[in-house]
Amino acid sequence: MAKVTIDGKTIEVADGTTILQAARMIGPDVAPPTMCYHSKLKTSGGYCRTCLVEVTKGSEKDPRPMPKLVASCRTNVMDGMEVGNLTSPKVIEARKGVVEFLLLNHPLDCPICDQAGECHLQDLGYEHGSAKTRTDFERRTFEKISLGDKIQLHMTRCILCYRCVKVADQITDNRVHGVLNRGDHSEISTYIENVIDNDFSGNVIDVCPVGALTDKTFRFKSRVWFTKPVCAHRNCDKCSGKVHLWYKGEEVLRVTGRKDQWGEVEEFICNTCRFDKKKTSDWEIDGPAPVNRHSVISANHYQTLKMGSEFKLNDVKPLSITEGEGS
Amino acid sequence: MGKKLLLAYDHVPGIKGFEVYRANGGYKSVEKAVKTMSPDAVVEEVKKSGLRGRGGAGFPTGMKWSFLAKPEGVARYLVCNADESEPGTFKDRYLMSRIPHILVEGMITSGFALGATAGYIYIRGEYFYIVSILEKAIEEAYANGFLGKNILGSGFNYDLYVHVGAGAYICGEETALLESLEGKRGNPRIKPPFPAIAGLYGCPTVVNNVETIAAVVPIINDGGEAYAAVGIGKSAGTKLISASGHINKPGVYEIEMGITVEDFIYSDEYCGGIKNGKKLKAVVAGGSSVPILPADKILTTPSGEKRLMSYESLADGGFASGTMLGSGGFIVMDETASVVENLHTFARFYHHESCGQCSPCREGTGWMEKILHKILDGHGTMEDIELLWEIQSKIEGNTICPLGDAAAWPVASAIRHFRSEFEEYVKNSNNLKKVRHYDSVNQLVSA
Repeated sequence: MAKVTIDGKTIEVADGTTILQAARMIGPDVAPPTMCYHSKLKTSGGYCRTCLVEVTKGSEKDPRPMPKLVASCRTNVMDGMEVGNLTSPKVIEARKGVVEFLLLNHPLDCPICDQAGECHLQDLGYEHGSAKTRTDFERRTFEKISLGDKIQLHMTRCILCYRCVKVADQITDNRVHGVLNRGDHSEISTYIENVIDNDFSGNVIDVCPVGALTDKTFRFKSRVWFTKPVCAHRNCDKCSGKVHLWYKGEEVLRVTGRKDQWGEVEEFICNTCRFDKKKTSDWEIDGPAPVNRHSVISANHYQTLKMGSEFKLNDVKPLSITEGEGS
Repeated sequence: MGKKLLLAYDHVPGIKGFEVYRANGGYKSVEKAVKTMSPDAVVEEVKKSGLRGRGGAGFPTGMKWSFLAKPEGVARYLVCNADESEPGTFKDRYLMSRIPHILVEGMITSGFALGATAGYIYIRGEYFYIVSILEKAIEEAYANGFLGKNILGSGFNYDLYVHVGAGAYICGEETALLESLEGKRGNPRIKPPFPAIAGLYGCPTVVNNVETIAAVVPIINDGGEAYAAVGIGKSAGTKLISASGHINKPGVYEIEMGITVEDFIYSDEYCGGIKNGKKLKAVVAGGSSVPILPADKILTTPSGEKRLMSYESLADGGFASGTMLGSGGFIVMDETASVVENLHTFARFYHHESCGQCSPCREGTGWMEKILHKILDGHGTMEDIELLWEIQSKIEGNTICPLGDAAAWPVASAIRHFRSEFEEYVKNSNNLKKVRHYDSVNQLVSA
């Protein structure tokens, strides 16, 4: 066991735990933001540099501070370690820099982006970025690429978190998906512009923190904040069948994997569940989805609602000025 | 004349071939090591010699070797980093193309010390013509029983391969090199684990620079103590310096560490002074990534002493007034050179070579290049200079591998020591102004 203190809060965790995992155990107040780390994907993390933290004391045995900021998602805790996240001015500065770098070539086309409202980059920019841009250069752009009839790749929005590459490597049979070119010309690609064709390919959409990979069956149907997420399941022979259904009125517009409070998929789902089962009759409804902070849909919508069998879909209404409780 | 350890027989005709090399004392270190020494004794000699990594970081080689994990039944590898791509550095090219056998010999002796089953020489794609030279040398070593099974009857088995890179600076970073050697995209790995624990194919691996490996030969021949007696303090031995720029005699020189920078630039034995009788303006002492220093600061340390060609002396004063020995790419600029133009060239290089894995380097290197381009084209503002400073400070130390630092340091040092020159470009912008327009695919074009 190792005792670690993050922003003055101490927790005891198992050896081999990363600083990020320890911080998440303490709670969202001290957890560094992440863009590329994904708890269900091995070797993810370390690329985006948003979770950089300052280690002010290495360990009980070797109390020297670490010379550089470290990626908390890839650095293990040591007994007696002390870490500064939001309390470290160095970290705040560095993170501001990272946000600026991530937005440097991002098109900021949020008004027409399907990810808007549940985009980690929006949250990150809002919480850790600065208000103005300092670049007046042409932004890098790419042609849109179709990865089959279900998935759209819009590389211009990509922040190269490598999550989709890891999904393609780790949960599907073939390595069909990777990165071409280098530097700021790097692009995610299926060699080259191939259709992704396997039962779990749709998960690349769920793990994408921005709007670079989107669901063609949902594109431009609705802003996410006008849809209501509902937990549902079905017996599926390929995956766990545990999903979120996103309703607009009576209609299921979109099916996604269930995400935890960090916006990371809990269990990967198959393409049949995701793309082909869009009728309420296909599903057993479990109740309203717990909505995490990475969404504009506030959890307050459901406070008065019942779970399980008492749950009635039509009771779930988007909050509006007239309908809202207001309290 | 300074002592020569690596280039001692450089002048001998035919030294490229096995017979001549052998006749001049070649492969003695292999004989001595495998016949009379234990692997640990070889490592001990290298530790005693005080040899430090010649690729740029200057990490003690003996210590690096002693970190190598040695689990039972797991293969160990020795990898030679011949991906010499740092602008201004061309010493390994010289050594490998002139005396390929010294590298082969060093690889065998070092491989024996580490208990490696195989050695790999990872050479940059642009050095294609050297590949055949090395392969011929390896072939000759096999034919004479210095490679393969049961070397010199000692029971030591060792194979040596040359692997050609595809031309990426980033593959000189040791973990990116290993990825590339494994046939993957050359992205640096996130450390830990370090290669000494899990390197090539997940096995314990040592990665050393060409010059480091070659230096093992004289160390084993003459003993670690004899090597440590050459040089100065913790900068033991000799160093190959690639001298280029506005000097009378550019080229590769083997120096005894501890000679003064002034001697190196002005003496006839080495650079032979500044070309056309011009004045010295600045020096990039260790390859493009180390801080640039103006003439007064490169010749004397902050305490007023003469600066020496050694790891410690060049770094004296930290980044405020010092630099680094790095890989020994010694670029000299005379009074006519433009620091800003030179910096733009470096920045363009780092932008082109960034692997794109982590955000600060991927986005920041391109941004810095664009701003420098803007300043050179007469569109710069004073704010742009501040912004450049800001960007480099946000890259430095925040990236996965040292390429980010390498891109940031030249920018930081150029602004630190030559800010007025940047300001000149901004003030005189009207005279420099070039029409900027965009072509059909929205690429910026300078008229």
